[in-house]
Amino acid sequence: MKDIKTICKEIRCDLVKCIAHLGVGHIGGCLSLVDALAVLYFEEMNVDPANPKMEGRDRLVCSKGHAGPAVYATLANKGYFPKEELLTLNQSGTNLPSHCDMNRTVGIDMTTGSLGQGFSCAAGVALGSKLREDGATIYTIIGDGESQEGQIWEAAMFAAHQKLDNLVGLTDYNKLQIDGTVSQVNELADLGAKWAAFGWNVIDVKDGNDPAEIKAAVQAAKANRGSGKPTMIILNTVKGKGVSFIEALGAANHNTTMNAEECARAIAEIMGE
Amino acid sequence: MEMRAVYAECMAELMKADPNVCILDADLARANGTLGMYPKFPKQMFDVGIAEQNMASIGAGLASYGFKPYVQSFTAFATRRICDQVAISIAYAKQNVKVVGTDPGMYAELNGGTHMSFEDIAVLRSIPGIVIFEPVDATQLRAAMPIINDYDGCVYIRLFRKEAPDVFGEGYKFDLFKADQLREGADVSIFVSGQLTTEVLTAADKLKEEGINCDVYNIHTIKPIDREAVLASAAKTGAVLTVENHNVIGGLYSAVAEVLGTSKIPVVGLGVNDRWGEVGKVPYLREVFGFTAENIMAKAKEAIAAK
Repeated sequence: MKDIKTICKEIRCDLVKCIAHLGVGHIGGCLSLVDALAVLYFEEMNVDPANPKMEGRDRLVCSKGHAGPAVYATLANKGYFPKEELLTLNQSGTNLPSHCDMNRTVGIDMTTGSLGQGFSCAAGVALGSKLREDGATIYTIIGDGESQEGQIWEAAMFAAHQKLDNLVGLTDYNKLQIDGTVSQVNELADLGAKWAAFGWNVIDVKDGNDPAEIKAAVQAAKANRGSGKPTMIILNTVKGKGVSFIEALGAANHNTTMNAEECARAIAEIMGE
Repeated sequence: MEMRAVYAECMAELMKADPNVCILDADLARANGTLGMYPKFPKQMFDVGIAEQNMASIGAGLASYGFKPYVQSFTAFATRRICDQVAISIAYAKQNVKVVGTDPGMYAELNGGTHMSFEDIAVLRSIPGIVIFEPVDATQLRAAMPIINDYDGCVYIRLFRKEAPDVFGEGYKFDLFKADQLREGADVSIFVSGQLTTEVLTAADKLKEEGINCDVYNIHTIKPIDREAVLASAAKTGAVLTVENHNVIGGLYSAVAEVLGTSKIPVVGLGVNDRWGEVGKVPYLREVFGFTAENIMAKAKEAIAAK
C-alpha cells in the first residue's frame, strides 16, 4: 500500500484538478480536510469500496457538506468509482454535486449541505448503530464556522446524553469562514472546553494536516469506546493546505476560481512537497 | 376516545410488530399521549428534549440505518420551526421519517397565536415528496396508520388530539391517495379537510332541506390531492367550496384551485384569511374564523351563485 502522505498528495491533486476543470469551487475547506479524510478511509474506517452499503460498516457524515469534492476525491482514490468521474463535479447531470448527496454518489453515507444538520443526522446514525449493536464507528466532520449553528450544540447534548461513544466528531478548525476569520465573525473561544463542558471526550490535534497525528487521535477516539462519551477531535488545520497561493487568499479561499495555469502550479507544488 | 390515544394505540401496535418503528419526542410526549409508552419501548422511544430541529435530523440518521422514526411535536414546531430540517435532512435526502404535528390550527386554543399554525400545510406542501395527511376521526386514523407506516417516504400527519365525532363507520375502506365521498349531490362540491368535516356535513344536511344538494368529499390527503375526485365532482356540480382550518393561502383551497386552474369553475375558499390566530376556546374561534355551519351554507350559496 502507498504511504499515507503519497495518498494525501494524490487526493489533493485530484481535488484541484476537478475544481479547476469546472473553474470554481469550495477549494479552501476541501484542502484543509484531505489529510483527515485520507487517514479515515485508508487507515481507520472499516469500509469496502466493492460493497459500499456493507452492513455494520463504519460511516462518515460530512456535515460541512460543501467539502463534498474532498470526499469524492478520497472515495475515487479508494476505488468507490473511477477517477475520471471526478471531472463531472458540478457539471450538468453529475452524480457529484457540490454538497454531499447519499442518493447520487456511491459511498456517501448522508446528504448534507444545510449546515448543522449533518451533525444531528450523525448522532441519529450512531444511535442506530448502538441499537443494532453492530460495533460500527460513526465519524462526522463539522466546520468551525458551522459550529456557530445552534443545532450543533443540540446534537452535542443529545449524543452525550445517549452515551454515544461510537460517535467521533472531527472539527476542521481552520479558523476561517466566508466573511472573515472565525474570531472576527463570531468567536468560538475555547472550543475544546465547550465540547468538554457538553460531556464529550476532547482530543486536540496540534497539526490537523499531519496524518500521523490524526491517526493517533482517531485511534484514541476508538479506544474511548466504553467510556460512554462521544469524542470530538479538534483538527487545527490550514484552509487551503498544500497550495500556497490558495492558503494566501485567507477567508477568500472558501469558494474561489482556479484556471488551468493555476491548476498546473498547484499540482507542481503538491507533488514537490 | 381521544385521537391522541388512538394514535398511541396504533403506534404501540406498530412498534410491537416491527422493532424498526420508533418515536422521537421533543418534550411533548405527555401532550401527545405517548409518554406512558416509554417504559414498554425503551429501545424504540427517545425524547431529545426541547430541540425539534435536532429531532428531525436525528430521525433522518436513524432512517438511514433502516429505522422508521416518527418525529412528534405541535404542528407549528413540527413544520414552521424546523422547515429546513424536514426539507433537507428528511425530504431532499429521501429518508423515511414520519412527521407528526398535533393541535392543528384553531385547536391550539389556549396556547394562542404562537402555537396556532395556519401555515403548516402551506410550508410542507411546497417541499417536494411530502405526503400531507389530516385524519378526521378515529376510524380513519386507525385505518390509515398501518398504510402510512408501510409507505416509504415522508408523511406529515396533522393530528387533532382530542375526541373527534365519528364520521366513518364499520366497513370503512381507506386509500391514502383517494378522497372519501360523504354526501352525493349535483349543485355544489364541498372539499373539506380535518375536523371541520362534521360542520360541513351539518351544513350540507341543512342545505338539502333547502333543496341544495352538496357533493361532499373529505380530503384526508391534501398532498398529493386526489385530482380525479376533484375534477369529476367539480365537472358534475360546476361550483366548488373548500373548507379548511388553515390559511387559504397554500392549503386546501390552493390545492383544489391548482387542480381546477384551467377550468372556468368557480372555487370559493373558506379558511383563515391570512391572519394570525389568537387565544380562545373552539366555539369562540369558530365564530372568529367563520367555521360555522351557517357560514359554510352561505359560502356554498356564494359558489353556486358564481356559476
